[in-house]
Amino acid sequence: MPALGAMTGRIAVDIGGTFTDVALETPDGTWVSKVLTTQNDPARGALAGIEQVLHSSGVAPSAVRLVIHGTTLATNAIIERRGARTALITTDGFRDAVEMGYENRFEQYDIDIVKPSPLVPRRLRMTVKERISAAGNMLVPLDLASVDALLPALVDNDIESVAIGLIHSYAFADNEYRIAERLRAALPELSITCSADVCPEIREYERLSTACANAYVQPLVERYLRSLESLLTDRGFNCPLLLMTSAGGLTTVDTAVRHPIRLLESGPAGGAMLAADIARRNGLDDVLAFDMGGTTAKLCLIERGQPRSARHFEVDRVYRFSPGSGLPLRVPVIDMVEIGAGGGSIATLNVLQHIQVGPLSAGSEPGPACYGRGGRRPTVTDADVLLGRVDSERFAGGSLALDTGQANHAVYHDISIPLQLDTALAAFGISEVVEENMASAARVHAVERGRHIGHQTMIAFGGAGPLHAARLATKLGIDRVVIPAHASVGSAIGFLRAPVAFDVVRSHYVQLGEFDPMAINAMFDAMRSEAESVVHAGAPGADVTETRSAFMRYIGQGHEIEVHVPLHALTAADADTLRANFDATYAQQYDRSIPDQDVEILTWSLRVCARSPDVVDATNEFTEPRRSDPIERPVFNPETNDYEETPVYERGAMQPEILHCGPALIAEDQTTTDVPASFSATADDSGNLLLTRIATTS
Amino acid sequence: MITATGRLHNQIIWNRLIAVVEEQAQTLMRTAFANTVREAGDLSAGVFDLRGRMLAQAVTGTPGHVNAMAASVGHFLNKFPVADMVPGDVFLTNDPWLGTGHLHDFTVVTPAFRNHKPVALCAATSHVVDIGGLGFGADGRQVFEEGLYVPIMPLAKAGVMNESLLQIVRANVRESVQVEGDLYSLAASNATGCERLATLMEEFELSTIEPLADTLIDTSEQAMLKQIRTLPVGTYRNQMRIDGYEDAVDLVAALTISDSGIDIDFTGTSSVSAYGINVPLPYTQAYASFGVRCLVGADIPNNAGSLAPIRVIAPPGTILNAPHPCAVAARHAIGQMLPDVVLGCLHQVLPQRAPAEGTSCLWNPVLYGGHGLGAATLPFTVTLFHNGGTGARPHADGLSATAFPSGVRNTPVEINEAIAPIVVWRKEYRVDSGGAGQFRGGLGQVMEIASAEQTPFSISSMFDRITYPPRGRENGQPGAEGRFYLRSGNTLRAKGRQTVPAGDRVVMEMPGGGGYGDPLKRDPENVARDVAEGFVSVQSAAEDYGVIFDSDGDIDVTATAATRASRANIDVV
Repeated sequence: MPALGAMTGRIAVDIGGTFTDVALETPDGTWVSKVLTTQNDPARGALAGIEQVLHSSGVAPSAVRLVIHGTTLATNAIIERRGARTALITTDGFRDAVEMGYENRFEQYDIDIVKPSPLVPRRLRMTVKERISAAGNMLVPLDLASVDALLPALVDNDIESVAIGLIHSYAFADNEYRIAERLRAALPELSITCSADVCPEIREYERLSTACANAYVQPLVERYLRSLESLLTDRGFNCPLLLMTSAGGLTTVDTAVRHPIRLLESGPAGGAMLAADIARRNGLDDVLAFDMGGTTAKLCLIERGQPRSARHFEVDRVYRFSPGSGLPLRVPVIDMVEIGAGGGSIATLNVLQHIQVGPLSAGSEPGPACYGRGGRRPTVTDADVLLGRVDSERFAGGSLALDTGQANHAVYHDISIPLQLDTALAAFGISEVVEENMASAARVHAVERGRHIGHQTMIAFGGAGPLHAARLATKLGIDRVVIPAHASVGSAIGFLRAPVAFDVVRSHYVQLGEFDPMAINAMFDAMRSEAESVVHAGAPGADVTETRSAFMRYIGQGHEIEVHVPLHALTAADADTLRANFDATYAQQYDRSIPDQDVEILTWSLRVCARSPDVVDATNEFTEPRRSDPIERPVFNPETNDYEETPVYERGAMQPEILHCGPALIAEDQTTTDVPASFSATADDSGNLLLTRIATTS
Repeated sequence: MITATGRLHNQIIWNRLIAVVEEQAQTLMRTAFANTVREAGDLSAGVFDLRGRMLAQAVTGTPGHVNAMAASVGHFLNKFPVADMVPGDVFLTNDPWLGTGHLHDFTVVTPAFRNHKPVALCAATSHVVDIGGLGFGADGRQVFEEGLYVPIMPLAKAGVMNESLLQIVRANVRESVQVEGDLYSLAASNATGCERLATLMEEFELSTIEPLADTLIDTSEQAMLKQIRTLPVGTYRNQMRIDGYEDAVDLVAALTISDSGIDIDFTGTSSVSAYGINVPLPYTQAYASFGVRCLVGADIPNNAGSLAPIRVIAPPGTILNAPHPCAVAARHAIGQMLPDVVLGCLHQVLPQRAPAEGTSCLWNPVLYGGHGLGAATLPFTVTLFHNGGTGARPHADGLSATAFPSGVRNTPVEINEAIAPIVVWRKEYRVDSGGAGQFRGGLGQVMEIASAEQTPFSISSMFDRITYPPRGRENGQPGAEGRFYLRSGNTLRAKGRQTVPAGDRVVMEMPGGGGYGDPLKRDPENVARDVAEGFVSVQSAAEDYGVIFDSDGDIDVTATAATRASRANIDVV
């Protein structure tokens, strides 16, 4: 028990679509809770979860030195279009850029597609007289009278938030700032987002879309975070509140309020940070993180302990999670692929009478047929139940008794009868197809980045991840799988592993042949001071590290690659360094480089990161006494096409050094790990499960 | 007799095969230089058996290559029998009549080996940024003027690149590094496909893919035929007039549905043009069959089996079956119209499914500066991809400023201005350009472009639907026709290369899509929303939709009802 008053505990709260996960970590152990998300007032659910861990641990609020929070609030506000009344102010002639988007259809053969509706409708998209050139020169000076002329419309339309996004503002931001100043003077209550602040990058659609989304969620996020802060204070917490960002770093409430758009996807980022931490501590250089929940699966490559980063993702994909069907946001994110494959994904037969799984999901309501809440269609969870992989009495900690009969009926009716397959085989088919889908997504994700899958270690978590991890690994040629402790609340645990960090990105076009080191150094200095001020606010006095990148390509090529930039003040000679780094990175990704072609740089990024937090290895996770002998249960074995009595081990009773060969199951309250015949399983000292493929003789 | 378990097993292998071609396509997109490939997806990738039958094609890609690439591998095998191929061989061509319709598209074929025996072929096609000659445009009179013509030949033999060919390519094209890079990119894409295919065969312990090929081709063909057999047998005709180059072009189709499939015959279509808008037959087949697939068998994966039941013919000498040496560079300007023609036939058997006609042909001008092409300080070439509106759907409005049937994406204004000395002064929806209807056609857009240096520059255009706008369906009105002119007043020709004088701006007003259904049946609330958003003017709301607003801007219910009733009476008379 921690001494009263010693500020040793850290709490992470991950508010997801269905569940709110809370983890409390102290030197003495880790306590977790999972409560239902309270949609109308998410802070209430968060506090309920916090009370649970405080109660079970006996830790006082005053003994908590940090609360870390991630939430889907901003994402949901966009998906459900519940954000602020927002206007866009843009350059004369470009009112529709943010709605025209890419001018394409995201699905070739479907003539009935509907495009995502813009966050700011056309009548609230307004223009001002000004124009900046690609080089950042003033072609038409800003006419402030044209700004003033918009004021009555902003008032009449009850506008709460304004996005200002001018053409080429990444190259010259003053016009946006002058407009902001004018608006602030006239309408002090207005929330204002400048595109040059939230996304100073070339490509007008993405930048304006990002600015609109930021403006759209800003008032809501601000109100929520301020109220959460005061609720925590009222409850006796007197520690900082930090927010998890999509890039896997922590940031302060003040920064989060300025850049709420960076709070999107914090849950998946937390999962990636958990996997990255395990990778670092176990010396795993190449990792595939696999997070499978109720609706989707997320896959992420982690190299040398770092998740790959990206600067682009889409929110609110309206069409089967298809790329291009959502709103693009250009912010620093952890690079991952998300597909419609989760426990709730529904199995159907397509026109070829092939089993198809997802992207449609039964969600949590009505949920899979086996939930017994009115779901009639077979899902992945139903298949897992029928195959014997899930203990129907202990699902979700026993809070939901599963109805095997309903699962059986759904699979039988929708799949078995039309295919003349027995139910077990139909269920196995569902499981195979969803695993194939995830395997394909992983391979394509890797090949898009010039990587191949096979030599990695998989780190699997999420409610459904451990059930499918080993089989997915087999399909990908992966031999080792790690199932972390508390795998089902992996994102919240990951929050506790994330450093305070901030990324700053700037577009500044340079042909390497005309490289001007002074200008680049000045830009990096400005970027560093912006990033450091954020990091110091979140981690006062901490040592920081800096990394820099340039996004480079051969002139005329469509796609930039991220290239490392040295940390010293750049000189003319560094043009050669950058060229050499580019050639090496390019050759690594594409197997060749092109010696005679000049290189251009579109964008630069800088990340300042505080030293990673101390990690406590605590293995008290199972406070209840558990049986240590396995029980047996019939589980479907695809090798023999039959059910066989299979040992079920208790996760809490797993000992390091003791190896269990598959087929076996390892059960815990929130999930089950499936160990197929080709794998063996053991535990390590940190409470992780290690699954290893048994060498085959062939 | 395949058992249930065997069928499940086959499905898994088939899924994996589709994943293989998707990886192949992604490799191509990732490594390509041409922005048409990288950003716009103008590519295709597929796996073929040793008889040249296509087994799988990546979903990523353009409809213009669908059947064309499927047919091309057979031509390679005729010239280079598979028995003579060794690992490391790579073949290519840009023959418009054996490939995908113009010299800018290269198709590359690579044999895949397992245990030292050829087991399959991977093929990939992509659009290179330049092929020499006149450049991408409609002005050629013969294919000889349109650039370098590479017959089917080795790109690499046993892993050694054909350096002589590469030298010739480099010497003939404007962007030699990019074009050479794209040839390597095609080869790399196929290499990925071959490698993944070998892994697949190893994992599933297959020594040959022929049994799988037979199964998936047969399954797909039967699934297509099953869908076709739900349609009423008969011949359904449609014709559509478009602008063409020197004369209007009539596209005339007879679509016959029978138990054995769908036959499309373009007899009656106009003769070849003297300019570069002629279409080689493979490209006609690709876009005509794409039109069918939008409504019939959209969910069935592309392969030799699913493509077989749709057969397309056009008499030699028509613009849709142009013989060598007709100029063909801008064949998309005509070919992309074919889905509209085919959908017009299918509308007669599948009511409430086919959309109205749309802009269909891309508005993709090429801007040039440099010697002989204007007075820019540095030479430049940049292709912009933009679009008018699509036709209204039977249950939804058309899509504004959106490509159909092409799958390309636009290029951002900021990127275009960064790489070329141009300024885009305006890029906005065209008010009232969507054809009126119960469901409104998608809006076109207007763009104004000038030189950033106040110097003359050249614009090569391949635009259509300026004289003959997209037609509506079921009493929907046509979309607005396109306009193409100088801001100073002079009209420009829709097709060909022209000069924009110093200080002037070129204006492109792109067409709107046709409407669907009677405009008087459009929900007045939707008209009011369109007016509030500025998609439709108050005047058009009254004249085209019969919706009247009061002085507060609210719908005047009484006046609207009266106007609509009197309008309906006039229509009856």
